[in-house]
Amino acid sequence: MSFGHYIEVGKMDELGRMDSPMHRLDARVKTLTTIAFIVTVMSFSRYEVAALMPFFIYPFTLMAVGRIPPGYIVRKLLIASPFALAVGIFNPMLDQRVMGSLGSHDISGGWMSFASIVIRFSLTVSAALTLVACTGIHRLCAGLERMGLPRVFAVQLCLLYRYLFVIVDEALRMRRGVEMRSMGRRTLRFSTYVSLIGHLLLRAMDRAQRVYQAMVSRGFAGQFRVMRPTVVRWNDVAFMVGWAVFFAAARVWDIPTAIGNLLVGGVA
Amino acid sequence: MSHPMIEARNLCFVYPDGTRALQSVSFRIGPGESVGIIGCNGAGKSTLLLHLNGYLTPTGGEMRLSEVPITRQTVAMARRAVGLVFQDSDDQLFMATVSEDVAFGPLNLGLTDDEIERRVKAALDRVGVAHLRDRPPHKLSGGEKRSVAIATVLAMEPDILVMDEPSSNLDPRARRRLIELLRSFEHTRIIATHDLEMVVEVCSRVIVLDGGTVVADGPTREILNDEVLMIAHGLERPHILRHLHPH
Amino acid sequence: MHMADALISPAVGGTMWVASTGLLAWSARKVRQTLDDKLVPMMGVLGAFIFAAQMINFSIPGTGSSGHLGGGMILAILLGPHAAFLVIASVLTVQALFFADGGLLALGCNIFNLGVFPAFIAYPLIYKPITGSAQGGSRLWVGAMLGGIVGLQMGAFSVVMETTVSGISDLPFKTFVWLMQPIHLAIGVVEGLATAAVVSLVLRVRPEALPERPPTGHGAGGSRRVVIGLLIATVAVGCGLSWFASTRPDGLEWSMGKVSGKEELETPGDGIHESLAKIQQKTAFLPDYGFKSAEPVVATTELTPKEPAQWPAVSAGTSVAGLVGGLITLLLAGLIGYGLKRRAVASTRQDQSNTGGEHS
Repeated sequence: MSFGHYIEVGKMDELGRMDSPMHRLDARVKTLTTIAFIVTVMSFSRYEVAALMPFFIYPFTLMAVGRIPPGYIVRKLLIASPFALAVGIFNPMLDQRVMGSLGSHDISGGWMSFASIVIRFSLTVSAALTLVACTGIHRLCAGLERMGLPRVFAVQLCLLYRYLFVIVDEALRMRRGVEMRSMGRRTLRFSTYVSLIGHLLLRAMDRAQRVYQAMVSRGFAGQFRVMRPTVVRWNDVAFMVGWAVFFAAARVWDIPTAIGNLLVGGVA
Repeated sequence: MSHPMIEARNLCFVYPDGTRALQSVSFRIGPGESVGIIGCNGAGKSTLLLHLNGYLTPTGGEMRLSEVPITRQTVAMARRAVGLVFQDSDDQLFMATVSEDVAFGPLNLGLTDDEIERRVKAALDRVGVAHLRDRPPHKLSGGEKRSVAIATVLAMEPDILVMDEPSSNLDPRARRRLIELLRSFEHTRIIATHDLEMVVEVCSRVIVLDGGTVVADGPTREILNDEVLMIAHGLERPHILRHLHPH
Repeated sequence: MHMADALISPAVGGTMWVASTGLLAWSARKVRQTLDDKLVPMMGVLGAFIFAAQMINFSIPGTGSSGHLGGGMILAILLGPHAAFLVIASVLTVQALFFADGGLLALGCNIFNLGVFPAFIAYPLIYKPITGSAQGGSRLWVGAMLGGIVGLQMGAFSVVMETTVSGISDLPFKTFVWLMQPIHLAIGVVEGLATAAVVSLVLRVRPEALPERPPTGHGAGGSRRVVIGLLIATVAVGCGLSWFASTRPDGLEWSMGKVSGKEELETPGDGIHESLAKIQQKTAFLPDYGFKSAEPVVATTELTPKEPAQWPAVSAGTSVAGLVGGLITLLLAGLIGYGLKRRAVASTRQDQSNTGGEHS
């Protein structure tokens, strides 16, 4: 988490508040469909590469219809990739069994599984990011709550999100104040750090106290009420069913290999 | 609006750490009055405000609303009648969108959906921010936040409006709009502030607090023009009055 | 140490989701039972605080690197285990949703790895007994340090377990353990130090800010029972799922096998690797291509003395066809997206010109 990350939240927040046919779909439907997508992608064998390709249609479609800039998703994808790459990169070294070939080059199982990891990572992460970008955290929270997420959890998640911007601004200001007096050092000495974080914490606790006062002053008595009328319409259902059929089809039939065979002539 | 009377009788409050924030504070504020509560930092203004809607329970004396003491049993009624606008609007706007924030209070009153919608619309219209309805609070300007914060309280349809530093952190234009808005209300208004110029424009009466006690209570111009009194309690005579009554 | 979706199998991801959502529901009930209305706003704001705190680093002398607060321990100290667990879960949820720090399927794993150990193990079983009722002083430092270390060690080990059991990565268990544990020892020390320092500052400046929280629920015994119960449930679900995975390559595979009537593919086997090997035989779903008849290519170099699992039959033709077809499909997917986008943009323009900017 860095300051760059923080700006990215603002961007994601803006995207989530846009209006598009994709944004208008029910949050539950989008969430369930995305989960189905992720599970289907994960269920492929660890060496699968080609058969995963049709699945890119899902995030691409969501981005296109939801007017999410693909460059934004790709950038986030790259930022998030190190851990998956770091663990996956060992595969080519450890698994050198030849599993296929391209012309005269042998391809080891390790490289195939590594490629598979990279593709799965791109698929699942871009789908999840696109889901948030064309739903927005609050609609998502409300949707999840209707699917059984405990109210307490949903409420504090929303509060966390609301005060993220406020507290991070406070932290930014405090850090700037320290930086101006620390002769250009980027990181803080431990004692300075503790004092800064400690006071940030105390201020956060004071803020929580005042938020509570504001709630109580408007009749809050422990029960969090929200008014969010949502109905599942026929296009929501169509969205879910349509994609489910597609996922199942793409899971059962290896479409890319079939296309490839048509073009290169099936080698058996 | 029923315009009830609000009254403090020998109000005392001691914080758990032993700080005596209020000592025998007494006043009566009648229906439709507009009263400024002034005093230097730590005089007890904020503590007093939190008693007006029963958030804090006095350690001595009592708060009365229309002759009924505010107690654990009557606190719900007090919160309905007394709307509190906080100093930092970020504390008051904790929901996802402006309309959800304005609906928060009415939802707690257990109103019907239609009635809630009517109140949200009326409150936003009243403060002139109907166009902000679906915006997230964190994206608003300081002035917009303040207006919405007032709307969240108006939606409860209170009889008494209590405000803590309503003009703080506002640019001159937003402050001017706020003053006009406050002048247009018919509610009983109790405003704690350091903005004495605003007090002159909005309030007909002033209560001066110092060290947790009431040191002066009377007509705004009379008190704010009393240079000796003002300086003795860490305040100063507002420029706007010097202009009007040159000595 | 956020797990990514790409590295875990659906069985592992699903199991950890079950465990984490179970704990979530239980913690939410516990928080409701405390009847402390102030707790919910405090949880939300402290969650935001943890985000902000993770952005600020301090330099670790002599190493050239820097560290920051992770937050699990301090949340447990400030809010008690159940509320802390919920807050950690929501911090991780926001990270997963907004930063792709850990995927959606992996979220269950991440909540478990980073939430359960600090909130339900390190805090009640290590920090609390060591610091006792004495607030502050050296016992606070020792408790926070040990708590931080143990919490992160267990979390790191849990990452290794989940990755290994998933079998997507070829990294051997031992190597992975050796990679993860020492790094997280250092991170744990940093976490413990920062936690202790911040808590003692709060105690010094404003002692009443740290309320002596009564042990939530009905004492440690009750919560320990629930944790043990959930642990058993998790193991049971995990075993069930892996048995399912070992006899049927995996749930989806199996059900599709049913649908397409290809159950004869299954051969008895045991162990995750063997079951994974069997998943590879899925090419047989498309008997038309006849790849199944191809002989497995014998590996020329074997670095790892792996068990003689049956490796999937892949002929050279498959790879070429797969590559060509894959690229074409990707291209097609891209084109579809591009086409839809143009249509979407065109329709907005139309909308705008039709309605003349009328908006709700």
